[in-house]
Amino acid sequence: MIHALVQLAAILATALFIFSLHWMNDPKTARRGVVAGVVGMLVAVLATWIQPEIIHHGWIVLAIVAGFIVGVPLSLVPLTAVPQRTALSHAFGGLAAGLVGTAEYFLGLGEGGEQLTAFRMSAIVAEVILGFLTFTGSLMATGKLQEIKWIPQRPVTYPGQNVVNIGVLVVAVALGVLVAAHPTEAWSARAFLGIGGLALLFGVLLIIPIGGADMPTVISILNSYAGLSAVAIGFKINNKLLVTAGALDGSSGLILSIIMCRAMNRSFTNVLFGAFGTVQKAKAVGEQKAWKQETVEGAAQLLEQASSVVVIPGYGMAVAQAQHKVRELYDQLTKRGITVKFAIHPVAGRMPGHMNVLLAEADIPYTALVEMEEINPEMPQCDVALVIGANDVVNPAARYAKDSPIYGMPIIDADKARTVLAIKRSKKPGFAGIDNELYVQDNTWMLFGDAKAVIGDLVKQLAGGSGMH
Amino acid sequence: MIDALMAAQAVPTQPAATDYWSMLFVFVLATFIGLGVIRRVSRLLYTPLMSLTNAISAIAVVGSIVVAGADYPKMIRILGGVALFASMTNIVSGFLITDRMLKMFKKQ
Repeated sequence: MIHALVQLAAILATALFIFSLHWMNDPKTARRGVVAGVVGMLVAVLATWIQPEIIHHGWIVLAIVAGFIVGVPLSLVPLTAVPQRTALSHAFGGLAAGLVGTAEYFLGLGEGGEQLTAFRMSAIVAEVILGFLTFTGSLMATGKLQEIKWIPQRPVTYPGQNVVNIGVLVVAVALGVLVAAHPTEAWSARAFLGIGGLALLFGVLLIIPIGGADMPTVISILNSYAGLSAVAIGFKINNKLLVTAGALDGSSGLILSIIMCRAMNRSFTNVLFGAFGTVQKAKAVGEQKAWKQETVEGAAQLLEQASSVVVIPGYGMAVAQAQHKVRELYDQLTKRGITVKFAIHPVAGRMPGHMNVLLAEADIPYTALVEMEEINPEMPQCDVALVIGANDVVNPAARYAKDSPIYGMPIIDADKARTVLAIKRSKKPGFAGIDNELYVQDNTWMLFGDAKAVIGDLVKQLAGGSGMH
Repeated sequence: MIDALMAAQAVPTQPAATDYWSMLFVFVLATFIGLGVIRRVSRLLYTPLMSLTNAISAIAVVGSIVVAGADYPKMIRILGGVALFASMTNIVSGFLITDRMLKMFKKQ
């Protein structure tokens, strides 16, 4: 009886999870997706809990309460901190898988080991390797995104790095194969712990050479690993619901990483082993063109006279928390009958969709947010392209400079607009350490300063100006 | 005895052997469904998508419940309890922040 009930619950939960993701295809239905997900989760948890072999209810209640105590504040972080929250949640997912895998192995060992078949051992080893490497890798990513002092922001590289990294993984997998084949030898338990340790180490080594510009891809890959580690648990405990939900998460991470890689014109291996963002070797300093700086008054005038403005936000907008000021600017311009659109590059920011969420937070209607492919054909008709803290995603060098690390990356054609206004924090090059010739183009005017402050001044100027009419 | 660990399927009359092929079968089909569904997700919503799938994959919680709550040695149950806590954190924060973000997407 309970068996049938549990199976039915699993089928119901699976269906709800699929609907949950399906409803994410439109912002109008997306919130329904959350409800479906929550109901699916409740059904699955309760169906597991009511099984007769669960006897220590106190432990479960305690862990669930603790999960709420930590989980609720984590859901209230400012939206600019969502990338690090996401990375941290991948770390939790990985930790859970690694610990369950470890528990299962020692449980089986304690019971004599007859149950540790080669198939189950392979699943356990996969859980432990994927789980623990996702755990430390995601913690490192969290640290980098949160800009914790003792974790270097810039990629750290050293000679032979890839050999060391791959070597560590190969040893871990080889040990895994060995333990899976001989789970009960005298040395097996120690070797098993060695696998866990190597996986933990590999996660750290994997993220050390990764720079901020690669974070959207890396977060997506870690998302995929977290899903796959759940699949491995499902294989081990013979639970199809776990396999299904894990596969949904794994494929989501996979698709997102492919989209991110394409948006940078790079391959998986190149992201993980290429150490993008290492400062480019000094290029022959030929014609060094100078910036043309514009005053706030001048920039406001340029905007006022435009009939179409395309705003191109980047990570700089997130850092400055400028989205609400951007909204005020949007209001000022649309009030004057100016068409304002936002051009969103897939890798703008530190995670997939980062810019959309920030702009939505500032109440900018999502109908004004336009994908790169859609906006590019319109750029030559655009009067003013306003670049806010974006750099590499608007660098024309991506089109032709074969020696540039961003060569081949699709960009937003800001340079094709009639006039370009670029707000930039400092005169230093962007994250990839590359000069951006967009800034020295004949039709480009620079506004230096904190994005929030500069846009605030622009808004003031525009508001004051309209009052004089 | 370890069959007790086999979560959803743990019934004494069940054969001990895991049906590897049907598990692989489910995995492959679920991956295809996942690819099909995720491909259609609105590009506007990639950030909430990630927190939502994160919460859903915390379904690993059902594995932790069994490890933490069944009649196993204390050390094992401690590992299970920590894993349960980690998954629970993801479920709670994942669903809450997804909804918080989705609330912000307005047409006008």
